[in-house]
Amino acid sequence: MARNFLKILKTAPPSSVFGMVVIAIYILVAFFAPLLAPYSQTEIVDAEFMPPSAEYWLGTDNLGRDMLSRIVYGARNTVGIAFFTTILAFLVGTTLGIFTSIKGGWTDQILGRLVDTLMAIPSLIFKLLLLTVFGTTIINMVLIIALVDSTRVFRLARAVSMDIVVMEFIEAARLRGDGIWRLVTREILPNAAAPLAAEFGLRFCFVFLAISALSFLGLGIQPPLADWGSMVRDNASLIAFGEFTPLIPAIAIALLTIGVNFVVDWMLHRSSGLKD
Amino acid sequence: MNSLWLVIVKRLGLGIVTLIAVSIIIFVAIEMLPGDIAQIILGQSATPETVAVFRQELGLDRPALTRYLDWAGGMLRGDFGTALASKRDVSELIQSRIFNTLFLAAYAALISIPLAISLGLLAALYRGSVLDRAVNIISLSSVSMPEFLLAYILVFLLAQTGFFPTMSDLTPTMSFQEKLYVTFLPALTLTLVITAHMMRMTRAAIVNLLASAYIEMAELKGLSRTRIILMHAFPNALAPIINVVAINLAYLITGVVVVEVVFVYPGLGQLLVDSVSKRDVVVVQVASLIFAVAYILFNLLADIFSTLSNPRLRHPK
Amino acid sequence: MSQSDEILTIKGLHIEGKTDEGWSEIVKGVDLSLKKGEILGLIGESGAGKSTIGLAAMGYARGGCRISAGEIIFDGHNLLEMSNKGQRRIRGRRIAYVAQSAAASFNPTYKLIDQYSEGPVFHHVMSKSEAEHDAKELYRRMQLPDPEMIGYRYPHQVSGGQLQRAITAMAMSCRPDIIIFDEPTTALDVTTQIEVLSAIRDIVNQSGTAAIYITHDLAVVAQMADRVKVLLKGAEIEEADTRTMLRAPRDTYTKSLWAVRSFQATPKKIESTTRPVVSVQNVSAAYETQLVLTDVSFDIFPCQTVAVVGESGSGKSTAARVMTGLLEPSSGSVKLRDEPLPSVYTDRSKKQLQEIQMIYQSADTALNPKQRIREIIGWPIEFYTGLKGNANENRIRELLTMIEMDPDEFIDRRPGELSGGQKQRIGIARALAADPSMIICDEVTSALDQLVAEGILRLLDKLQQDLDLAYMFITHDIATVRAIADDVVVMKAGKVVEAGPKAEVFTPPHDPYTELLLSSVPEMDPDWLDNVLQGRASSGN
Repeated sequence: MARNFLKILKTAPPSSVFGMVVIAIYILVAFFAPLLAPYSQTEIVDAEFMPPSAEYWLGTDNLGRDMLSRIVYGARNTVGIAFFTTILAFLVGTTLGIFTSIKGGWTDQILGRLVDTLMAIPSLIFKLLLLTVFGTTIINMVLIIALVDSTRVFRLARAVSMDIVVMEFIEAARLRGDGIWRLVTREILPNAAAPLAAEFGLRFCFVFLAISALSFLGLGIQPPLADWGSMVRDNASLIAFGEFTPLIPAIAIALLTIGVNFVVDWMLHRSSGLKD
Repeated sequence: MNSLWLVIVKRLGLGIVTLIAVSIIIFVAIEMLPGDIAQIILGQSATPETVAVFRQELGLDRPALTRYLDWAGGMLRGDFGTALASKRDVSELIQSRIFNTLFLAAYAALISIPLAISLGLLAALYRGSVLDRAVNIISLSSVSMPEFLLAYILVFLLAQTGFFPTMSDLTPTMSFQEKLYVTFLPALTLTLVITAHMMRMTRAAIVNLLASAYIEMAELKGLSRTRIILMHAFPNALAPIINVVAINLAYLITGVVVVEVVFVYPGLGQLLVDSVSKRDVVVVQVASLIFAVAYILFNLLADIFSTLSNPRLRHPK
Repeated sequence: MSQSDEILTIKGLHIEGKTDEGWSEIVKGVDLSLKKGEILGLIGESGAGKSTIGLAAMGYARGGCRISAGEIIFDGHNLLEMSNKGQRRIRGRRIAYVAQSAAASFNPTYKLIDQYSEGPVFHHVMSKSEAEHDAKELYRRMQLPDPEMIGYRYPHQVSGGQLQRAITAMAMSCRPDIIIFDEPTTALDVTTQIEVLSAIRDIVNQSGTAAIYITHDLAVVAQMADRVKVLLKGAEIEEADTRTMLRAPRDTYTKSLWAVRSFQATPKKIESTTRPVVSVQNVSAAYETQLVLTDVSFDIFPCQTVAVVGESGSGKSTAARVMTGLLEPSSGSVKLRDEPLPSVYTDRSKKQLQEIQMIYQSADTALNPKQRIREIIGWPIEFYTGLKGNANENRIRELLTMIEMDPDEFIDRRPGELSGGQKQRIGIARALAADPSMIICDEVTSALDQLVAEGILRLLDKLQQDLDLAYMFITHDIATVRAIADDVVVMKAGKVVEAGPKAEVFTPPHDPYTELLLSSVPEMDPDWLDNVLQGRASSGN
C-alpha cells in the first residue's frame, strides 16, 4: 500500500509535485506558527507602516503590527478556518447526496428542487445576504459558507453516486438484501473516493477564496485575528504608491490555491484514465 | 416544431417559478433575523415607544404574507422602499448604480467571451502542444487567484505608470470613451477572472466533442481540417459553449462585487457590501434580488439558446 | 494475379498504442493485399487489431495510436509517404469507411442527404444537385423505404438498420475503389442484420468496389468475403479463400474458432411429476404508461435450462426484472415453489432472495472494481450462510475451484486484474455463494469472445449437473439457445410468441416470427444468404 503510494507519487508531473510541496509547507507553517513567528499576531510592535527592516522583515501594518508574524499566523487562521468549513460543507453535501441517490423517489425530487433553487442565487450574493441577517461573526461565516457550498457538494456527490448506483454490482447487492450502511460504505464510497477527493480539493479552494474575499470586503474573519484577506484590505492603500508588501498575503492565498489546483488537476487526470 | 416550443415554454415556466421561489427565500431570510429588527437597527438605547413607531413604519405589525406581496409588488413596479441607514429612496439610490454595474459587466463580458472561446478552441484543437500547456497552467493559476490580487497586481503594475486611474470615478456626464478609459482597470481585472474559467471549460467541452464518432467520420471522408471544425464540430459545440458562458456568469457576479470595492466603483456591488456592514436589510434585499434575477434570466436565456441549437429538439421524430 | 490487379498492398504494418508504460505494439507486422473488386474478410476476436488495420488502410490512426513501420501502397502510391493533403484526397473519395455505429457516425446537425453529398461536392466529383439525385438512386438500391424523401430526415429520425444502410450509401457516394466495412451489422438485431447484409452485398457486387470486411462473426464473413484473413493479437494466423478456409482451416487457433458452434449441453430429463422451481404466471408490466410485458407465463423446472430468446425490446430482460422484484408487475405473479413471491424485492425474505440469483452480461459493471475476490464471494457466503473466518475462506476456495480458477492465485485479486472470461466466472461464483435453486443468466456470453463464451457455457452446464441448478437463460443469440436450452420461450414486443421444449420449438411448423428469427441467423455456409433470400422471395415474403 505504502509502496504503491510512493510509486504513484513518482509518476506525478512537476506541477503537482510543486503543489504538494506548497501544501506541505503551509501545513508545517500553520502547525508551528507560534515558533516561527517573531512576534505575536496582535501585538503592536512599532509605528504604523514601517518599511521592511532587519527587525521587521516585511515591515509593519496599518496598526504597527509585525507583517511577517501576521502572515505566519494567517496560515493557521485563514487556512484552518477554510479547512474546517470545507469539511462541514462536505459532510452535509456528500451524506445527503449519496443518500438521495440511493433512495431516489420523492426524497430525491424534493431535495433536488430545493438545491436547484438555492443554487439559482449567486453564491457570494447569498452569503452576503445571510451575513447581513445573522451578523458578521466567524461562526456565522463558517456556517453560512458551509451551508451554501454544501449545495454544490450535494450536486456533485449525487451525480457521482448516481453513476455508481446504476451499476449492476449495486443491483446485485440490493437483490442480495444488503442494508443501506453496507451499500454506502462497501459498495459506493470506495468507488466514489477518487472524484470526491478531487472535489474536496476544489471545494477547499472555493471556500478558501470565498473566505478571503469576504474578509477582504471586511465581512469575514474579524480583527484582531491575523487573516490574509483582511490584511490586504488594511494595507491596500500602500499599493498605489508602489509598495509591494501588502500583496504578500494575497500571494500567499493564490499560491496555496494554485498548489491545491495543480494536485487536483493531476488527480482528475489520473482517475479519468481507466487505471485503478 | 411543437415539442421544441413545449420545451421552451416549460423552461420559461420553470424560470418564473424559480424567480418566485428565490424572491421568497430572499424575503424569508430577512424574516429570520434573530431578535427584533427594529430593536437592532435603533440600538439598545431606543425606548419601547420609538421601537413601536419604527415597527409600524416598517410594516412589521402586519402578517408576513401581506408584507411579502407588498414587497414583491413594489419590486415589480420599481418601488424599492426606503433605505434604513440613509433614509433615502432606494430606487433613486440604485438607478445609476445598476447602469454602472451593467456597463462594467458588459465591458468585461464583451472582451472575455470571444477571447476565452477562441483560446479554449485553439487549446483544444492543438491539445498537447506548448500553447495548450501554457493555456492550462496560466488559466489554472488565474482561476486560483483571489480577484482582489489580480486587481491589485494591475494597480501595482499599471497605475504606477499613471496610464490608468486606480479609482474609477464614474460620473453621468462623461462621454462613452471617457467611461471606457476610466473603467479600464476594473474591466481588465474582471476579464482576466472570467476568461480563465471560461477558457478551461471551453477547452474541455471541445475536447469531449472532438472524440465523437462523427468527427472521425468527417476525418475519414477526407474533409479539410477547417471544414471539420467549422461545419462539423462548431454547430454541435454551440450548446456546450453556451453552457460554459452561463456558468461563468456566477464568476462575473462575484468578480464584479469585489472589483467594485477595490476600485471604489459606484456600482451595485459596492452598495451591497456597504449595506451588509451597515446591516441595511432593505438595500441588501433589493440588491440581492437584482443580482439573483439577472443571474436567473441569463441562465434562462442560455438554456433557451442551447435548446434551440439541439437538432433533436428542432426536428422531432 | 498480375501486379496491376492489386489496388491495395500492405507490407509489414506495425502499429503502436500508447499505454501508461509507453508505446506498445498492437499490430505486429501484418501483410495484406486486395485486388480490384475483391472482398477480403478480416476476422478475429477482440484485441486482434482488425479495426486498427482497417483504419490504417486509409492511412489513418486513431488518437493514441501511431503507425510505426510498414508500407501501405494504394494504386501505386505509399499512403504513409503522402502529405496530409494527399491522404485527404484519397480518403472518402477513393477509400471509404463504414463504421459500426452509424447512429454515432452521422453528424446530428445535418440531414442525411446533405451528409451524403458533402463528400462528392468537396472532392469535386459531382455538383450538389447531381449528388442529391445520385443519393436517391443509391438509397433505392440500398432498399431504404421512401428513397426520394428519406434523405431529408435527420439521423435521429431514422432507425438503426436504415442508418446503417444510409451510411453504406454515403460511403459509395464518390464511387470509391475500396470500402472498409468495420463490423457494420454487429449492433443490429438478427432480423435487421440479414436485410442490411444483403443490401451491402448487392451494392458492392454491382459496383465492383473492392472491400475489406471486418467482423468477429464467422458466419457473416462467410456470406460476404471472397477471401478471409484470420488475426490474433495483432498478427496474422492464416489466410485463404473463403470456402477453403471454412472447409479446411489449417491452424489450430482457426480450428478452435470453427469448433465453437458444435458445443451441446448435456440433455437433462425430468419427471413429469416435478414441480417448477419458479413459475411466472400471467405477468404484465409497464414502464410509466408504456406496456412492456403482456400476459407472460412460463415455468422453470429444477436442473433445467429455459432459454428466453428475443430481439431488443422483446421484454426478455424486463421479465427477469419482474422475477427478481426490481419491477413491480401491473398484474400476474411470480411463484417460488408454489409460494407467491412478494412483488418488490425489499419485501422478500432473505431465504427468498437467496433462492434466485443473477449473473449479468457485463462483468465489468457487475463486479465492484474496488473489492477483492475474497470479499466479492466471501460476503454473500457470510450474509446468507453465516460462515465466517476460516470456514468462509474454505468455502471461497471451494467455489473458486468449482469455477476452475486457482484459489491461491486469484483470491486476493481485484476484478481489474482479471480477463473478461475470468470476471464472468467470478460472477458465477458470487451467484453460487448464495447456494441458490435458480440462476438468471442475462446475456452472460454476449460480451465475450466466442472461445471464452463457450468455456462459460461448458462451465454452466457442468455446474447444473453437479448442483441441480435451474437456469433462466436470457439471450438474443439463437446459437447459444441451441447449445444450452432444454426449454425455449420466444418473445416479441413483450409477448410470448412460442414456448416449449427445444426440439419442438426448433422443428417446423413454426410460428411465423420464430421462423423469421431462426432463418435470419447466419450460418457458416457461404451460400446461406443466397438460399435464404431465394427462399423468402419464392414464398412471397
